[in-house]
Amino acid sequence: MSASKPKLSPNVGVHPAYHKEATSAKPIEVMPLPPLLRVSMSQHLGKPALPVVKKGDTVLRGQVIGEAAGFVSAAVHAPTSGAVKDVAEAPTAGGIMALAVDIAPDGRDAWAPAVEENRRKRADLLARLRDDPAAARKEVVAAVADAGIAGMGGAGFPTHVKLSPPPDKPIETLIINGAECEPYLTADDRLMVERAAEIWQGALIIQAALGAKRVRVAVENNKPRAAAAMGAAVADSAGDCAVVMLETMYPQGAEKQQILAILGREVPSGGLPMDVGVVVENVGTALAVRDAVVNGRPLTERVTTVTGPCVAEPKNVLARLGTLYSDLVAFCGGFARPPCKIVSGGPMMGLAQSGLDVSTAKTTSGLVALPRELVGAFVSMPCISCGRCVEACPSGLMPCELSQMLEAEDYEAAAGCNVADCIECGCCAYVCPARRPLVQHMRRGKAWVAAQRRKP
Amino acid sequence: MGITIAVLTLGGAGLVCALILVVADRFFAVHEDPRIETLTALLPGVNCGACGFGGCVEYARALLAVVGATPANLCPAGGAETAHAVAAMLGIEAGATDKKVALVLCGGDSARAPRRFLYNGVADCAAAHAVGGGDKLCRHGCLGYGSCARVCPAGAVEITAGQLALVHADLCIGCGACVKTCPRKLIRMIPAGRTIHVLCNSPEKGPAVKKACQVGCIGCTLCAKLAPEAIQMNGFLAAVDYARELDNQEVVDKCPTHCIVRR
Repeated sequence: MSASKPKLSPNVGVHPAYHKEATSAKPIEVMPLPPLLRVSMSQHLGKPALPVVKKGDTVLRGQVIGEAAGFVSAAVHAPTSGAVKDVAEAPTAGGIMALAVDIAPDGRDAWAPAVEENRRKRADLLARLRDDPAAARKEVVAAVADAGIAGMGGAGFPTHVKLSPPPDKPIETLIINGAECEPYLTADDRLMVERAAEIWQGALIIQAALGAKRVRVAVENNKPRAAAAMGAAVADSAGDCAVVMLETMYPQGAEKQQILAILGREVPSGGLPMDVGVVVENVGTALAVRDAVVNGRPLTERVTTVTGPCVAEPKNVLARLGTLYSDLVAFCGGFARPPCKIVSGGPMMGLAQSGLDVSTAKTTSGLVALPRELVGAFVSMPCISCGRCVEACPSGLMPCELSQMLEAEDYEAAAGCNVADCIECGCCAYVCPARRPLVQHMRRGKAWVAAQRRKP
Repeated sequence: MGITIAVLTLGGAGLVCALILVVADRFFAVHEDPRIETLTALLPGVNCGACGFGGCVEYARALLAVVGATPANLCPAGGAETAHAVAAMLGIEAGATDKKVALVLCGGDSARAPRRFLYNGVADCAAAHAVGGGDKLCRHGCLGYGSCARVCPAGAVEITAGQLALVHADLCIGCGACVKTCPRKLIRMIPAGRTIHVLCNSPEKGPAVKKACQVGCIGCTLCAKLAPEAIQMNGFLAAVDYARELDNQEVVDKCPTHCIVRR
């Protein structure tokens, strides 16, 4: 483990109150199967999967129930064995409606035969990755695509796409992201403490698949136990591998900021980490990759932190994908007091929910229930040009100027000022004394830029 | 002596400048068809773009570019009067002008259609629609943040106290700007003078509509049976076929959710 001073991205951010103590010492609890699993076809970034089962079918755990609808899409698998009750539209955490498969578990939780088959088929894949990496790489990427893995840090970018960089962009460094800079969330922290060896094995598989020379595990220094556990796992490995301590700051978990902090490289405007020879994967994703390659198991469950002052017993829960938020909350003892705002994900970037009828997805890193005193309705005022947002923006943008351009619907001007480089971390809105909805303005600008790019 | 030099210098400079301006005016003059100005004066001058050109002057230019190639009846704001005036000036056919007005296909104001959550963001319909699909419980109804009212060049759209967009047909010039801006696509252009409307655009089944709104179309098909030639069912949604006449008070009186109105 690196003993040097914790690294800090030279670009800036904010220090929100972290509130991680409620769950950071609590072991991950396995949640029993709920009476209904509503498995959404839109759990990732990209096109929603296409359901391949219908009402009345019986499914086994790990069976494909939704096929990837293109390259930037991910397959969806049955999280347990049972009967398909319905295939209908249901709200996602983002508030849009997407097809979802309702599964009533039969309690057997029997794996599909394809899983065992995959396990046998890939039994020697690790050895082959060592001996003949070039040939085995494709197989790993195929295994990851089969397993329907999407970035589990929250954005949900399909992992097999990240693992297939174009040949002219060699990957030199793999960063395993265990920063978990969002307040309240501890799912990644606990995962590192409890399953460090498996995460590290997943990291080595991803490293081999990418042909990366270096591996860095990024952990913020408010997670000493996770850093120690990962350090112990990394210690035995040969090659250029290390755990890097990051100074605790939001958003050090954002990949571009993390690359800058660890390697001192800046991802160019409009570019991807692969443009500077880097791929960043979340610790949960590494674990899922290991499960897919070693055990042949597709992604059917994830650890999510159910927390916030309103939850009776905040927990780190290992829940099946498709578990309704209402069941998650019930497993954590329900609400001790009525929540004012429920956020899917962390409070900085998470999505506020209008109900608990949404189901756990591959991207659900947490569920935070906040009371009235922490929410507070506010009225947004005109920009007072104080410049605090400019100081806070980790992407080096000028949210004050951009928001005024976007308020006036001058999208061309905003695009010229690189609104597309906004990572929607929310630092600007967090510090804004006029309480302006800056991130929402930026999102509108980004949506406009994206629409322009799609135009022929 | 001093003042003479000053007068001569400044006067001379003035004369030289005047000379340059005269030369520029003579040699760099842009000759524009004088009819463009006359024709533009005939148009209403709201620059709404409904004709498909970038404003009234552009339409006038297009009309004159090849006389007869661009129809004279493209200006909905001006209507028949403008079309005839333009046609008379150019000596072409005026063509048919049916005045159209915008209609918001939603009657669910805040008293009748509840909201799912408190929206505290940018007061714009597209922005609100992008946040969790909009704060209205009904995912198809009018959000009432006034994007249509802001783009209306005639000030014909009112956002009522119940946070619902309402087009005043007497003020509407029929440009269709609101139709383009509505993120939920629930504004339609209909022939002016029509009085009976189905004020709902939700394709959902009855129970789902009922849960979301007191005045939504539940797809009971009663109106389609009472006026089969003028009202058609689009799945679970009744829609008035404005190509046909409809003056049947019974459909208004018998609609169980009162989403059919006379106005």
